[in-house]
Amino acid sequence: MKKAITLTVNGDIHELYVETHHSLLDVIRNELGLVGTHRGCDTGNCGACTLHLDGLAMNACLLLAVDYDGSEILTIEGITQNGALHPLQQALVEKGGIQCGFCTPGVVMNTLALLADNPHPSKTEIRARLSGNLCRCTGYVKIVEAIMSVSH
Amino acid sequence: MSSLIGQRIPKLDAPDKATGRATYGHDVRLPGLLHGKILYSAHPHARIVRVDTSRAERLPGVKCVLTAADNAPTRFGYGKDQTPFKSMARSLRDEIAGVVAVDADTAYEALALIQVEYEPLPAIFSIEEALTPDAPLVHSEHGSNLFQTYHYSHGELLRGEAESDVILEASYRLPYVTHACMETSVVVAQFEHGGRLTLWSTTQIPFLLQRDLSEALGIPGSQIRIIQTSIGGAFGRGLDIYPYEPIAALMAIKAGKPVRLAFTRREEFNAGPARQPAEVSLRAGVRRDGRLTFRDVAAVLDIGAYVSWGSVTPLVMMETTASLYKIPHVRFKADCVYTNNLVTGAMRGYGNPQSTFFVETMMDQLAEAVGMDPVEFRLLNANEPNTTTPQGLVITSCGMKECLQAVAAAADRAAKRQGDEAIPEPVTHYQTPIFNAQSSNSNTLKRGIGFATTLNVGGGARIYRSDGCGASVKVDDFGHVTLVTGSTEIGQGSETVLAQIVAEALGVCPEDISVINTDTDVKPWDVGVHASRTTFIAGNAAHLAALDARAQIFETAAEMLGVSPDQLIARNGRIELATPHSPPATIPSLPLSKVVRQRHFREGGTVVIGEGWYDPPTKLVDKATYKGNISAAYGFGAQMAEVEVDTETGQVRVLRLACANDVGRAINPMAVEGQIEGGAQMGLGYALTEELIVENGRVLNPDFHHYRLFTAADMPEIETIIVETDDPGGPFGAKGVGEMGGTPTAAAVANAIYDAIGIRMTELPMTPERVLAAILKKEQVHDRPTL
Repeated sequence: MKKAITLTVNGDIHELYVETHHSLLDVIRNELGLVGTHRGCDTGNCGACTLHLDGLAMNACLLLAVDYDGSEILTIEGITQNGALHPLQQALVEKGGIQCGFCTPGVVMNTLALLADNPHPSKTEIRARLSGNLCRCTGYVKIVEAIMSVSH
Repeated sequence: MSSLIGQRIPKLDAPDKATGRATYGHDVRLPGLLHGKILYSAHPHARIVRVDTSRAERLPGVKCVLTAADNAPTRFGYGKDQTPFKSMARSLRDEIAGVVAVDADTAYEALALIQVEYEPLPAIFSIEEALTPDAPLVHSEHGSNLFQTYHYSHGELLRGEAESDVILEASYRLPYVTHACMETSVVVAQFEHGGRLTLWSTTQIPFLLQRDLSEALGIPGSQIRIIQTSIGGAFGRGLDIYPYEPIAALMAIKAGKPVRLAFTRREEFNAGPARQPAEVSLRAGVRRDGRLTFRDVAAVLDIGAYVSWGSVTPLVMMETTASLYKIPHVRFKADCVYTNNLVTGAMRGYGNPQSTFFVETMMDQLAEAVGMDPVEFRLLNANEPNTTTPQGLVITSCGMKECLQAVAAAADRAAKRQGDEAIPEPVTHYQTPIFNAQSSNSNTLKRGIGFATTLNVGGGARIYRSDGCGASVKVDDFGHVTLVTGSTEIGQGSETVLAQIVAEALGVCPEDISVINTDTDVKPWDVGVHASRTTFIAGNAAHLAALDARAQIFETAAEMLGVSPDQLIARNGRIELATPHSPPATIPSLPLSKVVRQRHFREGGTVVIGEGWYDPPTKLVDKATYKGNISAAYGFGAQMAEVEVDTETGQVRVLRLACANDVGRAINPMAVEGQIEGGAQMGLGYALTEELIVENGRVLNPDFHHYRLFTAADMPEIETIIVETDDPGGPFGAKGVGEMGGTPTAAAVANAIYDAIGIRMTELPMTPERVLAAILKKEQVHDRPTL
């Protein structure tokens, strides 16, 4: 069964006709082709699909798209302005916080939401917040360092 | 411009990954792309009597359904015991049928419409069952469930026993663990006009996969092109061909359209490869003066229903057993056993995390038995540079002692710490806490430190007849350099390290270099990314190619400047006369671009393309004795773990992990640290939290909620120490580091637990349940009279 919804994604308005059982992640990736938001587990554990829904960091795999008609969504593709990396992205690049990179968009989106609430989080607060973003490459060391470098 | 070697150059592909622009396998979009799904067996061992696909085929949106009838008549894989679809199921992973449909939803719906009639057969789920004389056979044509046995020895065991003042023995149980790459397995197959097959793949072995697929599909390897996407983690997962790859190809051929076959996370846990669980017994001896006398290991590995390259991991277990520390008498035996359990494969460290766990916990016991400090004991027996082990490993550079001393110094710093200010506070307010069960009673919190070392191949590993890699370096008329390398980028940063090597040789910046490394139609041959070999092997190949290109450039520049080529150097994008004492403005020089243009534009001109091929001076191990120098260099490392054990809950919290690694020379220290820190995360999981719980061939915890990776909140403080020994064979002195980060971790943590509570843990992972059971057992033995 399908239903019509409207989503504002990265500032663009999309009128969509979506399957009622499809997640926001399905719609973002498959209907809108915004494949920077990654699917790592589909159970809300890995955080690779983190995006901003009305300003809050959410796991898109856990949200049914039809429930969010009229919402405003920001994905990783909406972070870069005029081709310039956001300072957080720049820090992750320069500090070695990116290896395979599959978790990176989720890390960026979750961290930006954290910094919006708390511009100067402690290392412990950063680690606690990132516990919802699994990474298998870096041991998180350089990710945390990168976030510390832009927030202190 | 200062040297690029040793610089923390950011990963070249990181900006694309930071912005979501990198294209992973799941992101590949092709016109007309269809979706494939696999139906797995409902029984761990069963004959497939009948597969009725008619209802599935009639479902609107289904393009075709495939079964074993669609297989080529050949078998594939390391043990040649696999077919794409099965007519006999030997594990719950076995592929019975496949559906191709317009979308994933339709494909799933169609799977449910396929009717399979099974004739269930008795199945075996343990090594003991598998080896009983009348056990059902997993592969009847093999005649036995024992796939292979490895026997190794050097010295004389009886003499070693006679020379020992103390002999100890212990048994170990090692779990199923898995790679848990953040990106699940995925392949996109397209069959082109003219019969050529293109696969977008996450493989680590593109050229071997061409050959493997050629066998599996019965089409020539020349008709198969592998394109590697950005790869979201590998860690050994991509070292073999797996059935889903030829299945995707069969689907694309039958459907006549491109097909994507992507695993769900649950499928990844169930149908992806796991590390072989093992049961190990170990006896070892030592003299009163602290010298090791002998080591005797017998291991049995459950390789599951099919053989992969992972079942040669005993070769690496053997190396650790025979050559970690100087040890005169060694015997090693390993049996690889078929069962109807999970399919196993190669995983980072390839036998080394397992063997380092038992060898290094036993080292601690031996040190204690002779009353020696664990670090002093290890230093006394440590491997040394410019020696050959009895196994035939030619150790050139060796920083094992320096690594041990570095982590011992870290332990001293930990001991001298004032209060607890440097200990990270436990993080408790997060999603899936591992360490939130801390007792409030500090009397139950016991601290300890433990050490372990590691030896790992660092200059390739001659597993195949060639351990080579090819490279070419093109310089264009803008001075831009293109490195085409056979090697594969899996996130480790090889493309950046190789660019640094080439840039250094040509006197340009890394930004002036493009690295092409993803297409078998373009890149020269390479064995694959495994065995910590890429920096050493692909690095030497890239360096040779760059030197070849530079010689061509120097030849032309020498003519233009009227000097001899050997008077020239490449620096700052220019070719200049080597006159170190002249003021820069007066030195005759030419821009690189101008020299290349001169070659292009003259009569009989030519391009600048340098070639490199490097195959290290090593040998395949002797087939009977397993002796020989398998690698051109060996990496060493040591770790110190500081833990806190809660004796009320059995909870082990790692407070600090110091990791020292001898990497020869760190071409990019940031990338080296990244390998060690990431390896430590995997090693900590192996030590404490990660285990696939398997019952009757079924994974009971196929999700991240129950298969526990260390999160950012769980990680201890990690101190990463790079030891440089300037390896004589490595590019600019470098050797490999990719696998060493997690190899000694479980042993270091186990030794720290012993230091804290006096209990030797011999089963991994050391979960609260297991630690608590061991504590209660000890209390029963020591404190309470038997009722």
